[in-house]
Amino acid sequence: MFYRESGDFSTTYPQDSQTFPIRFDRYRYYAVLAVAFLVIPFIINDYWANAVFVPFLIYAIAAIGLNILTGYCGQVSLGTGAFMAVGAYSCYKLMTAFPEISIVIHVILSGGITAAVVTLFGLPSLRIKGFYLAVATLAAQFFLVWLFNKVGWFYNYSASGQISAPERSVFGIIVTGPNTEAWAKYMICLIFVTLCALIARNLTRGSVGRRWMAIRDMDIAAEIIGVNPMGAKLTAFMVSGFFVGIAGALFFSVYLGAAEVGESFGIDKSFLVLFMIIIGGLGSIFGSFAGAAFMVLLPVFLKNVFVGGLGWPTDLAAHLQFIVSGGLIIMFLIMEPHGLAQLWRLAKEKLRLWPFPH
Amino acid sequence: MKLLTMATAAIVAASPVMADLVFPSLSYRTGPFASGGIPFADGYADYFTLLNERDGGIGGVEARLIECETGYNTEKGVECYEATKGEGALVYQPLSTGITYQLIPRASADGIPIHSMGYGRTSAADGTTFPWVFNYPGTYWDAASIMVNHALDEEGGSLDGKKITLLFHNSAYGKEPIRTLEALSKKHGFDLNLLPVDSPGQEQKSQWLQVRRDKPDYIFFWGWGVMNQVAIQEAANIRYPMEKFIGVWWSGAEPDVIPAGDGADGYKSTNFTGTGTDFPLFADIQEYVVDAGLAAGDGQSLGQVQYNRGLFAAMLAAEAVKVAQELHGVTEIDAAMMRDGMEALSITEADYSSLGLPGFAPEINITCENHSGPGMAFVQQWDAASQQWKPVTDYMTSDRETIQPLIKADAAAFATENGITPSCS
Repeated sequence: MFYRESGDFSTTYPQDSQTFPIRFDRYRYYAVLAVAFLVIPFIINDYWANAVFVPFLIYAIAAIGLNILTGYCGQVSLGTGAFMAVGAYSCYKLMTAFPEISIVIHVILSGGITAAVVTLFGLPSLRIKGFYLAVATLAAQFFLVWLFNKVGWFYNYSASGQISAPERSVFGIIVTGPNTEAWAKYMICLIFVTLCALIARNLTRGSVGRRWMAIRDMDIAAEIIGVNPMGAKLTAFMVSGFFVGIAGALFFSVYLGAAEVGESFGIDKSFLVLFMIIIGGLGSIFGSFAGAAFMVLLPVFLKNVFVGGLGWPTDLAAHLQFIVSGGLIIMFLIMEPHGLAQLWRLAKEKLRLWPFPH
Repeated sequence: MKLLTMATAAIVAASPVMADLVFPSLSYRTGPFASGGIPFADGYADYFTLLNERDGGIGGVEARLIECETGYNTEKGVECYEATKGEGALVYQPLSTGITYQLIPRASADGIPIHSMGYGRTSAADGTTFPWVFNYPGTYWDAASIMVNHALDEEGGSLDGKKITLLFHNSAYGKEPIRTLEALSKKHGFDLNLLPVDSPGQEQKSQWLQVRRDKPDYIFFWGWGVMNQVAIQEAANIRYPMEKFIGVWWSGAEPDVIPAGDGADGYKSTNFTGTGTDFPLFADIQEYVVDAGLAAGDGQSLGQVQYNRGLFAAMLAAEAVKVAQELHGVTEIDAAMMRDGMEALSITEADYSSLGLPGFAPEINITCENHSGPGMAFVQQWDAASQQWKPVTDYMTSDRETIQPLIKADAAAFATENGITPSCS
């Protein structure tokens, strides 16, 4: 009824090639942005910021990063946790070495440093593919975690090996450290997410993204039609690393405040982000958000229902939570292998035809 | 999202605001560290249940325990903290050094005390820099020093040229004692060798191969959860002399040694609370809690090391509440009053006896300068035949002369990093 192209005429090329060509989609997108920027910051409290929104937004950036590499370019990576650690430790070193420079610049620089490291670990992808590449990135995961544990310079030789974020502000508003207001935490993450998603969306729509997808779909065919596999793969690693690094830097500085590499950036993190993009949908920006939301919100939601709502013992709830989320993941993979993004796509197709499906 | 809002609304509706004393229990009954987490959480819960049932609360106000499962995971710990702090939480005892490190800045900003009993950040012993953090009755550095002192006693007063290996959980928890042991190795002339084990510690083959090659004179052990059972089994497998294998107080409980059977006989650990149920208080727990069907667990872990320690943690919290109630003249105290109560806490042997726990733990006297209490512990040894921990020493003091400058230095570094002016308010 409302969701259709008819009556929505494009008269210029930019209009025709915009991200959301359907008017309803576009308004929905503006509405989401408006709520995110103009409503939530005014009603958010510490619990919602720390347990729900901040982790969701940060994981969304990480998922976008991994989705570019795995979903768009077809290079499987199991090193996301360690790459986030690179972002976190770069951010820590920069924050403590140059306290007078804005945290925003530090976060972006951490993204850049991570991009360089990830590109380095992406080099083997030129020779090895599939599972073998996954193993190579797994090696990166263990190597980097070991490195950050072993070399005292990375954690400024603190007694416990922990890194902790000092207080930093943007335009006089504190965004890291314990005195941060919930809305400030939320806003800085939201701004980074919005920018990252915009960049990612436009990269994947353009020639760079098409090269990645050509490599993903069939690398030999892509080479024959003139795609340089080295360039395509390495740019994918680089861009992916940049986003994952930003996610790691925010994860440490804004969300956790103090981190320990084995605990916060272990192999679990790599799998968590990988699950996010598989459940959300490979090769979809929306899927990255949907997957991050699913993996972050579901445990919190189940815990609140079981313990808060039903008053069950906490251990029973924790075990049930594993069963329910595991079951849901399997169910999703069987019923919709292309993830939540595909469900969304199908819903839109149906809406387009509604109410006359034939 | 809508469902989530509804769920949150349900929680708010389910917990009506009443006048009570709120104690969040950030417990872990799942995951690789549950073997220590479950009895501790049970002991913690049972003591408050006892107070409510027997005495009608503390000073006439009921205690309310909010349990939140962390799984020893720092992110879940933070979520639990945020979820419970609005309920009027009086004190946090997360039983995890990693979570403690997360909570120190947050709780200090929110004005809620943390009691990391024998764990957490050692330099929080300096109350002038960490006004909201307490770690009495002792710190990791005390534990490390007591272990060295015990080794000194065993070796007739000299450790010169001896080899000591520290086998530790590769995390903030396990790394805590390194600084003290390094200082003590210089002082006593022993060689310190560090052997990290990655969390959760189920895989220790290579570390024990190293032990076989190095043949250290002593192994000091900083493990927790499943890591303890694996290490003790591995030590038994290579026939390492068990009386030279000394664990910190978190690495010496019944679930750690029982799986290794007779092989664990002679294993030592430090401890700062009594074990067993031979205290008058346990009769009350049996009567009011276990027999009434109100026990948090199945009643099996009563008297075990970690259960008694959970009980002790709850008792210290309850005693601090009493002090705070006296100090401020109100029965319904808030978190800031609780802090004052903790800082003025003093428990003598007579107090222990009147609580039904004679000789249960060392006397405690907290001041603003000293948040870590006496720093005393004894060494206990596992007797596999009788399935009991037997104390082999009296309460020993640590080498505070060596430790105090280290605490001062670390606290001062934290103070400059975070712009704190150390003072006693």
